[in-house]
Amino acid sequence: MTTTTRIERHHYDVVVIGAGGAGLRAAIEARLAGKKTAIISKSLFGKAHTVMAEGGAAAAMGNVNSRDSWQVHFRDTMRGGKFLNNFRMAELHAKESPQRIWELETYGALFDRTKDGKISQRNFGGHEYPRLAHVGDRTGLELIRTLQQKIVSLQQEDHREFGSYDARIKVFSETTITELLLDGDRIAGAFGYYRESGEFILFEAPAVVLATGGVGRSYKVTSNSWEYTGDGHALALRAGATLINMEFLQFHPTGMVWPPSVKGILVTESVRGDGGVLKNSDGKRFMFDYVPDVFRKQYAETEEEADRWYTDPDNNRRPPELLPRDEVARAINSEVKAGRGSPAGGVFLDIASRRSSDEIRRRLPSMYHQFKELADVDITAEPMEVGPTCHYVMGGVEVDPDSGAAFGHVRGLFAAGEVSGGMHGSNRLGGNSLSDLLVFGKRAGGHAASYADGLDARPKVGVDAVEAAVETALAPLQRDTGESPYVLQQDLQAVMGDLVGIIRREGELADALGRLAELRERVAKVSAAGGRRYNPGWHLALDLRNMLVVSECTAKAALERQESRGGHTREDYPAMEPKWRQVNLVCALDGDTVRLTRKPLPKMRAELIGLFDRAELAKYLTDEELAEFDALAEEAGN
Amino acid sequence: MGTKRQFRIWRGDENGGDLQDYTVEVNEGEVVLDIIHRLQATDAPDLACRWNCKAGKCGSCSMEINGMPKLGCMTRMSTFTEDETVTVTPLRTFPVIRDLVTDVSFNYEKARETPAFAPPADVAPGDYRMQQVDVERSQEFRKCIECFLCQTVCHVVRDHEENKQAFSGPRYFIRAAELDMHPLDARTDRKEYAQAEQGLGFCNITKCCTEVCPEHIKITDNGIIPMKERVVDRRYDPLVWLGSKIFRRGETPQTSVTTARQGSATPPSTSRGGTHSHAGGSHDPHAEAQAQSGVNWHREVPHPTAPAVDDRGRLPLTELTFDRAAAPSPFGDDVTFPLPPEHLNFAHPEQDDKH
Ligand SMILES: Cc1cc2nc3c(=O)[nH]c(=O)nc-3n(C[C@H](O)[C@H](O)[C@H](O)COP(=O)(O)OP(=O)(O)OC[C@H]3O[C@@H](n4cnc5c(N)ncnc54)[C@H](O)[C@@H]3O)c2cc1C
Ligand code: SF4
Ligand code: SF4
Ligand code: FES
Repeated sequence: MTTTTRIERHHYDVVVIGAGGAGLRAAIEARLAGKKTAIISKSLFGKAHTVMAEGGAAAAMGNVNSRDSWQVHFRDTMRGGKFLNNFRMAELHAKESPQRIWELETYGALFDRTKDGKISQRNFGGHEYPRLAHVGDRTGLELIRTLQQKIVSLQQEDHREFGSYDARIKVFSETTITELLLDGDRIAGAFGYYRESGEFILFEAPAVVLATGGVGRSYKVTSNSWEYTGDGHALALRAGATLINMEFLQFHPTGMVWPPSVKGILVTESVRGDGGVLKNSDGKRFMFDYVPDVFRKQYAETEEEADRWYTDPDNNRRPPELLPRDEVARAINSEVKAGRGSPAGGVFLDIASRRSSDEIRRRLPSMYHQFKELADVDITAEPMEVGPTCHYVMGGVEVDPDSGAAFGHVRGLFAAGEVSGGMHGSNRLGGNSLSDLLVFGKRAGGHAASYADGLDARPKVGVDAVEAAVETALAPLQRDTGESPYVLQQDLQAVMGDLVGIIRREGELADALGRLAELRERVAKVSAAGGRRYNPGWHLALDLRNMLVVSECTAKAALERQESRGGHTREDYPAMEPKWRQVNLVCALDGDTVRLTRKPLPKMRAELIGLFDRAELAKYLTDEELAEFDALAEEAGN
Repeated sequence: MGTKRQFRIWRGDENGGDLQDYTVEVNEGEVVLDIIHRLQATDAPDLACRWNCKAGKCGSCSMEINGMPKLGCMTRMSTFTEDETVTVTPLRTFPVIRDLVTDVSFNYEKARETPAFAPPADVAPGDYRMQQVDVERSQEFRKCIECFLCQTVCHVVRDHEENKQAFSGPRYFIRAAELDMHPLDARTDRKEYAQAEQGLGFCNITKCCTEVCPEHIKITDNGIIPMKERVVDRRYDPLVWLGSKIFRRGETPQTSVTTARQGSATPPSTSRGGTHSHAGGSHDPHAEAQAQSGVNWHREVPHPTAPAVDDRGRLPLTELTFDRAAAPSPFGDDVTFPLPPEHLNFAHPEQDDKH
């Protein structure tokens, strides 16, 4: 076969897969390092998932409360992740976020301001001080538009210098990568297709940055779009990299459950930060019953104290509605299971009776407008019906914290953003993702550029590998005996939603693995009707195999981890186990099958662990670790 | 539990296509995009349609629903009556790729030509200080989700391929306005740029762009008009007036609305219903027929009128050489306002509710 002759070929130094916040920031950095850079995205430029982020970007700038610092932010992040985070990533993130946010202003971003003209910061679940830089409730849009416009401005510079906008940085929109190509253990390029024409495209490049986002499309109720099929996770696995923490998925506690046109759409946490409360069908503000012991000290015990906090946060403890997301999600789940839910199977989120209509409209403009237009629900007049929604995957490509280089046996592969793992541990704090994209996007882009610099010879793309990739891509179109990709996706969503959802049980997880194995056979035979031009059925058919392998990782890791922590709740092991905190579950691909191994967590440096109270650590650490901590403390005391 | 409804969806590619009929189940609380998804999962697995967020935030799912440019994910099925046929067509102003997907690269090209934010030279990152009231004016424009509905509805390019070269469209006028109003932007020539390079002068403030904007950005009132006013100010300043006659290199002086026109900036043409002609402005019989079948307004199509072009086939851009004050009417010289109601075919959003 001479298929390779019909393939458009491009040569780049750095190829960034994904045009969300992480991908764009990585591309900017690679281009600033003088590398010829390509940005590839499944959807149009500027439409990646990052546009949907509402709440804000967390960075300890201390603009609203000057007591905030990177140490406090670091502490909150570790607490939120239940100490399973890669401490180095959490440290870098806390230290570098403010610079990354300020840098956006030099690209033209316009954040909301404080009275003295600085960037305003708002409260958010799990953050000790007001910390989220925001623009109304469309922060993600601002972030992506700003980065998009920065890329345009770099292209304008190149246009002046070389006469072509695309001279050093080019955006390939509506282009999907289906395979990474290797030369031995080194990245040699990436293969994919233009969605528009169905034509194939081959990038030859020594360094690839994955920034493909998450996996939520494997779930029925999700806030994620069609793009979130775990492509980057699967590409990394197939290239020989490893995934960690795949059992941890964040279910956003407050997604709309009714009416259907808005099912899965999130009600931002700022609704709660701005005074919204959760009530069950008896009208009871139930969150007070669900404050876990680890958080008792920081959260109010009475409604009066909670309500005072909004105006006087220094002298009152915060309302329990602002507990970390997994706690809120679990509380809602328990209320619904106990028969105290709303008619559509959620609970009520009420801001209407607590704030004036004007104030709600001013503070939550797009939220108001969205529900009014989409569902004719007036949030200033009636409570919303909300419930848990699959939202974010903490797990992802196992990377070196400083450079974003993937572990496992592959070189030249980098990952940043939601597709990478470790930063958020077992649970992500709201607002930490947007700043994560910037901090690690910049790092991954910069290190990819210097990796490309350091090579003596370029890895070569093998003809066989390309032909195999072409064949795999065309297979669903050439078969007409298999099932429809839409049916398969629905079945996959049913398995994951019902058996590997928010509350997990051993029997169900084992069952899920059996069903996923059956699905694997069916997916291997999927067929897509129609031709190659902009054919969504074909695109889904190709995405399915990625969704499947990632789902297998999640199910396997969830079955293995016999405890409950952050975004992983086992009904049969409800407690958090200090022993399990020392373990990361690592997934790798062995031929076709997912292999799971245990790996010890890196140990936190002394000056970092010293930032915590012993009493707090006692909830997370084993006795040996505590003894070690005491020894350190004593040494410091001497 | 759902009801069966009639849909007509344009299927085809750049070589042509037609409206196909579908009968599809519709449930309570659904939007048009839900129905497209149901069709993909059942009758038409290869029906091409863009979407991402299904929440009105990404601006991917732009389409024309009963002839009105809208977001599919923000158009509730309850706005149609049960026996109404819902017609869905691709954005008219951009070349079709397949089915409901169009080639919107025009917009990205215009974006690339608009000069980027120029950071102030002597302010370090972290030292930017701006007041909320000052950033709010630009923030309004930064709400833009780049759905390009305003771009597709604007008559200057809707049926006038030939104007695309010289006209950036409302989305990029507000980009210029946003930067113009940015408290720290170091460039001072945003308005002049809009006038000279973006074709601001083509705009005759019909406000159709504002009407379709799903983000409710006051594109005309807060963006275009203030830019035009300042340009006009300068133009009537005798010194600038003289200066502008001596063309600077690379700068083509263009027609601009006069202050008088501004005074009646809401000419009858902008009253409810607007003045867009789906087929009236078209010169292509095929497009004519398509517009007719796509937009069923039960009316006679007015005869196409050629625009007042010069001998190069372009709209005259220079008011000095043009025989009338102000911009030429894009509707043709024989059209007077207000239009007789039977010539109106542009639906106001609220109009749907009345059906
Ligand atoms: C509704 C919602 C609200 C949120 N709110 C917040 C918030 O308030 N604060 C916060 O910090 N975080 C929030 N998040 C999380 C945050 O938005 C995401 O985690 C983050 O945007 C992920 O960014 P990313 O750069 O990793 O990927 P994305 O922005 O998702 O981009 C992924 C990119 O990869 C491309 N891609 C994927 N696969 C392929 C492939 N095979 N080939 C080519 N390209 C591919 C896609 O086209 C896309 O361009 C929210 C998320 C959601 C869904
Ligand atoms: S006001 Fe009318 S002419 Fe001007 S940009 Fe908007 S749609 Fe176009
Ligand atoms: S200005 Fe409004 S209509 Fe135009 S692209 Fe932006 S959001 Fe869409
Ligand atoms: S799908 Fe994002 S705006 Fe409709």
